[in-house]
Amino acid sequence: MRFLRRLEGPQTLGRGPGFWGIAALAVALAAAYPLLTDAYTVGNTIYFFDWVFMALGLCLIWGYGGALSFGQTAFFGLSGYAYGVVTLDFGADHGLTLVATLLAVAASALFAAVLGYFLFFGRIGGVFLGIVTLAVTLVFERFMAQTAGPEWHVGAARLNGFNGMSGMPPLTVPWPGDDLVLSPDVPLYYVTLALLVVTYLGLRLLVNSSFGNVIVAIRENPHRATMLGYDVRKYQLATFVIGSALAGLSGVLYTSWGQYITPSSMGLTAAALPIIWVAVGGRGDLTTTLVGTLLLLGAFQFLTIYGSQYALVAMGLLLVVTVLLTPDGLVTALFRLPRRLGRRRPRAADAVDPGREAA
Amino acid sequence: MALLETRGLNKRFGGLQVTSDVDLALEAGELHCLIGPNGAGKSTLFRLILGEFPPTSGAVFYDGQDVTRLQPHERIRRGISVKFQVPGIFASLSVAQNLEIALQHHLAGHGLRGEVRRLLGFLNLAGAAAEPAGNLSHGQKQWLEIGMAVSLKPKLLLLDEPTAGMSPEETRATGEMVRALNRDGVTVLAVEHDMAFVRQVATRVTVLHFGRIFAQGSIDAIVADERVAEIYLGRGHGERGAPQPAGGEAKRG
Repeated sequence: MRFLRRLEGPQTLGRGPGFWGIAALAVALAAAYPLLTDAYTVGNTIYFFDWVFMALGLCLIWGYGGALSFGQTAFFGLSGYAYGVVTLDFGADHGLTLVATLLAVAASALFAAVLGYFLFFGRIGGVFLGIVTLAVTLVFERFMAQTAGPEWHVGAARLNGFNGMSGMPPLTVPWPGDDLVLSPDVPLYYVTLALLVVTYLGLRLLVNSSFGNVIVAIRENPHRATMLGYDVRKYQLATFVIGSALAGLSGVLYTSWGQYITPSSMGLTAAALPIIWVAVGGRGDLTTTLVGTLLLLGAFQFLTIYGSQYALVAMGLLLVVTVLLTPDGLVTALFRLPRRLGRRRPRAADAVDPGREAA
Repeated sequence: MALLETRGLNKRFGGLQVTSDVDLALEAGELHCLIGPNGAGKSTLFRLILGEFPPTSGAVFYDGQDVTRLQPHERIRRGISVKFQVPGIFASLSVAQNLEIALQHHLAGHGLRGEVRRLLGFLNLAGAAAEPAGNLSHGQKQWLEIGMAVSLKPKLLLLDEPTAGMSPEETRATGEMVRALNRDGVTVLAVEHDMAFVRQVATRVTVLHFGRIFAQGSIDAIVADERVAEIYLGRGHGERGAPQPAGGEAKRG
């Protein structure tokens, strides 16, 4: 109970036994999913989970912290390539892929710390933060795209320019007897699902802690937050590093899942997609971001199968419609709907004595 | 020993000298008001004390230490707190959460929740605890911000026109509260235009004019000072309850 209370607070929408009941049911259904379908489909479903980490990280940076980073894909790609380089050079035995995962995520965290230091301690905010981060991811994309020649390699790992890097081993867990190879199959599905649940709960703890209080305070009024004795720059930097490490984790999971990473994963289109997921779902809340991202990824997949080139246009349209109609996000609006309907009647009664609370 | 002391504080923006050699000393326990015509450099002096920008020359001493090079949040952590003229609150967060953010430096868990409840009652905001702070009336926002500033348990409280936009009754109530805080040991430096408020609270008054300390003393001595009346009080632009020395309106030329 005590743990549950720390997961709840003013910074997250879902609370109470009803919400946690539905959440447990959703996890149970997700856990039962491999029993209902074949291993190939299960393996493909992991793809959807892989992106959610980046979306949750952006939700933290943008929705909670108020800093719009347009370049989370830079960290996605950096960690993806780092995973490829380490595993192609050192192999997958003795749990090395897990070390590679840690190193790759650490590389993103470190890069975010350096970049973030100059951004936040240089007091670059608002639209300029978006411009600089977008420029960074585009520079990464351009750079990797021109590494086609044989001279571009790190040890045995060829960078391969626009065609991207491939053939890195999947995640491997050391196991007595024989190593457990997590190729896109049921075991990897469960590992990714568990990681997602842990990340979601961890972020809920974080945003409902005193740290979370400060980052939303900075979003609302950085000057006031400073005048309450908080070093705004440090909090912004910490938020950026955590969110970017999550983007890096997405990159590693994606790369090890598909055994493939290309520069286009850091391009303009790729960079715009997380912003659409988070904005359409509802950037102000972790749950709406999670649900929105999964829904949008599913819809996008469906559209690419049946409408190919129109899928991106539809995504752009969806963003515009969301911003115009439900600026807090579609899923957020759905979340609030029952409360709003329930509140309407008592509110009419209150109208007899307006401002009673205010007086 | 002075709690706050500025030594030869100069601030120049390009060719504009905003404060010149300001030597201001506040004894611990004082309730000091800073007055002066618009553009006298009052707000700039505040911001220099808070460290929002560095002085061109001079130094700020707080609690016996040179804090001139400290960041604003570091000065706040040492016991300075501020309430600005325009209420600075977290508009989309609840009133209770606004207070929580201020209180969580030194409280957590039950203690934190209890103190939030107590403050909400003290500020007459108990009924609005769950409301977004942006929905409050202007006066309530002022009170909330005062509540947040006080939550830091400051040794020195800076108030920038705390009664701006308040009715005479609200002004009086605010004055009472400031005096109560001062009795509890908080040193106060207030910028204020409202002479009724200054008269009600101040133990000492400093008049700033063209960035310089023009006069300093008790409120009675300041009011009696012909030169002060000339530059400030005599103009009579809206100082409620301000004394109107004879011939004051003729000073405009």
